[in-house]
Amino acid sequence: MNGDRIGHGRSGASPAGTVTPLTGDELRELYRELILDHARRPRHFGRLSGATHEAVGINPLCGDRLHLYLAVDADGVIREAGFEGSGCAISVASASLMAEMITGMDRANALARRQDVTCALRGEAPGAGLGKLEALLGVREFPARVKCATLAWQALGGALTSAGGPVSTEN
Amino acid sequence: MKPLKAECGHNALDVRDDFPLLDQLVHGQPLVYLDSAATGQQPQAVIDAVARYQQTDHANVHRGVHTLSHRATEAYEGARDRLRRFINAASRREIVLTSGTTESINLVAQSWGRPRLGPGDKVLITHLEHHSNIVPWQIVCEQTGATLEVAPILPTGEVNLDALYALLAGGSVRLLALAHVSNALGTINPVAAIIRRARELGAVVLLDGAQAVPHMAVDVQALDCDFYAFSGHKMFGPTGTGVLYGREALLDAMPPWKGGGDMILEVRFDGTVYNDLPYKFEAGTPNIAGVVGLGAAVDYLENVGLDRIARHEAALTACLTERLAAIDGLRLVGTAAHKAGVQSFLVGDIHPHDLGTILDHQGVAIRTGHHCAMPVMQHFGIPGTARASLALYNDAGDIDRLVAGIRKAQAIFA
Repeated sequence: MNGDRIGHGRSGASPAGTVTPLTGDELRELYRELILDHARRPRHFGRLSGATHEAVGINPLCGDRLHLYLAVDADGVIREAGFEGSGCAISVASASLMAEMITGMDRANALARRQDVTCALRGEAPGAGLGKLEALLGVREFPARVKCATLAWQALGGALTSAGGPVSTEN
Repeated sequence: MKPLKAECGHNALDVRDDFPLLDQLVHGQPLVYLDSAATGQQPQAVIDAVARYQQTDHANVHRGVHTLSHRATEAYEGARDRLRRFINAASRREIVLTSGTTESINLVAQSWGRPRLGPGDKVLITHLEHHSNIVPWQIVCEQTGATLEVAPILPTGEVNLDALYALLAGGSVRLLALAHVSNALGTINPVAAIIRRARELGAVVLLDGAQAVPHMAVDVQALDCDFYAFSGHKMFGPTGTGVLYGREALLDAMPPWKGGGDMILEVRFDGTVYNDLPYKFEAGTPNIAGVVGLGAAVDYLENVGLDRIARHEAALTACLTERLAAIDGLRLVGTAAHKAGVQSFLVGDIHPHDLGTILDHQGVAIRTGHHCAMPVMQHFGIPGTARASLALYNDAGDIDRLVAGIRKAQAIFA
C-alpha cells in the first residue's frame, strides 16, 4: 500500500506506509522506443494459414485476447509464428518480440526461453541475456502490467503443450 | 486553449476532508480519485460507525437476550429503517439486505423468475447492462426455457426506446430488467416512462440502481418499479452490503432462495415454517458491521443533501465532458443527453491500459477495460475504454489533473 499522507485535512487516520516515489523515468523505461515501435508496427501480425499449433491467451482482468499461431515442422522446429488480437502496447510488443525470437527455435528451446522470460518479467530472475526482450523488463516496476507482458508467453505454452483451449493469465 | 464555460468554475461541495483516504500521495503526487463508479470511498463517519460497532456493540442479531445482541439488532435494524427512508419504500418489510446489487438481482432471478418463467416467456434487458444484470437472467432462462431479449442502444449510448417499446408490445415479456444509470456510459435511462409503459403491458420491472443511488434522490414509490437493487459500497458504505427493494405483495409470494438460520420461524423434519418479510430472504448471519456502516453512509448522504450532490455533479460532469472533448484525438464514448458523472473515452490509438498506467503514475486513478459491460464494448466495436467517474468529493482541480495526465500520455505515444 502506498500511503503517504499529504498533511492537510485529517492526519493519522490510517497508518502511512512506505512509498518509493517513482520518477518520470520509470514511464520512459516502460515505454521504451523499441516497445512503442513494436506496438505500432507489430511483426508477425496476422493469422497463419498452415498453422500446426495455436492457442488463445486471455487476460480476464482486462479482456485482452491474443490468438497465437505456430507452424512447427516434423523436426519440432517453429518455422513460422503469427498472432492476432487486440491489446495494450505492452502485450502487443511482447507478442511481436516473442514471435521474432521463437521463429526458427525448436520446441524445447522455445519452452525453456518461455520459462526464462516469464520468470524475468515477474522479477523472479535477473533477466540478463534475453536480448531485445530486455526492453520489456520495465514492467517489473508496474506490477499491474506484468500480465500484459506475459500474455503471449502464456499462449506459447498453451500452443506447444496443451490441447489448444484458451489459456488464461489467471491460471 | 479555448475559454471554458462557467461550469468549470463551479465551487466544490467542500466535503473532501470528510474522506481520509483521499488525503495521500500516490507515486509522489496528491491522489485524484476518479473511479467512484467502481467503488466509492468512505467518509470518516462510516469508518467510525463500523469501528464503534465492532468495539462496543458486536454480537449476533435477532438471537440473544443479552444486552449486546439487543444493541447489535437495534443497530442493524436501524440501518434498515434508514434505507427504507432513503429510497422511500412503503414498508421496512420491503427492504431485503443482501451482499450487493449482484446478489439482489440473482435473488429476483431465482426466487421470482425460476418458479414463474417457462418456454414462451421472455425476459427483456438492454444492451447497456452491467454483467450482473445480464448473467443472472441468462442462467434463469437456461433453467426455465424462457427467452432473453435485448433492447438495442443508439450510438449515443442511449437505449433505443422505439425498439424497447416494440419488444414490450410484442407480448410475453414477463420481466424487464434495466439499469437506472449505465456504469460504462453514464446514461441516465428515462426509467419513469419506461416503467409506466412496461407495467401497462403487464411486465414486472427491476431497476439496477447501483450507479444511481450515490448521485441522486431515488423514490421507489414515485418510480413505481417492482424491484430496485443497489450496493452499499458505491454509495460510500462498506463492501459486501446491498439492498433489494421489492413490492411487498411480490416478495410475499416468492419462495426463499437460500435456506438457513434467521429465515425460519420453526424447523421440523416434517416441514419448516419460513420467517416473515424481509427475514425470509436473509439466511445466515448477515454482514452486521457493514450494514451499520451503510446506515451511516445514508445519514452522511442525507446530511450533505442528495439534491446538492446532484447539482454539483451535474456541473462537474459538464466540465469533465467539455474539457475531454477539447483534447485533440480524444473520442467520447457515451454521449447521452442525460448523463451521470461517468465518462468513457479513448485517446487516439493509445490502449486504455497504457493510458491508465500513465495516469496512475501521475496520481490519477481511473478505470480501464470493459467495465463489466462487454456487450457495450462489442456494440462500439472496441475492446475497452478509459473511464473517469465522479462523486461528491471531486472538483474541477481533479479534472485539470486528468487532462494534464492525458496530455502526458499523448506526449509519450507521440
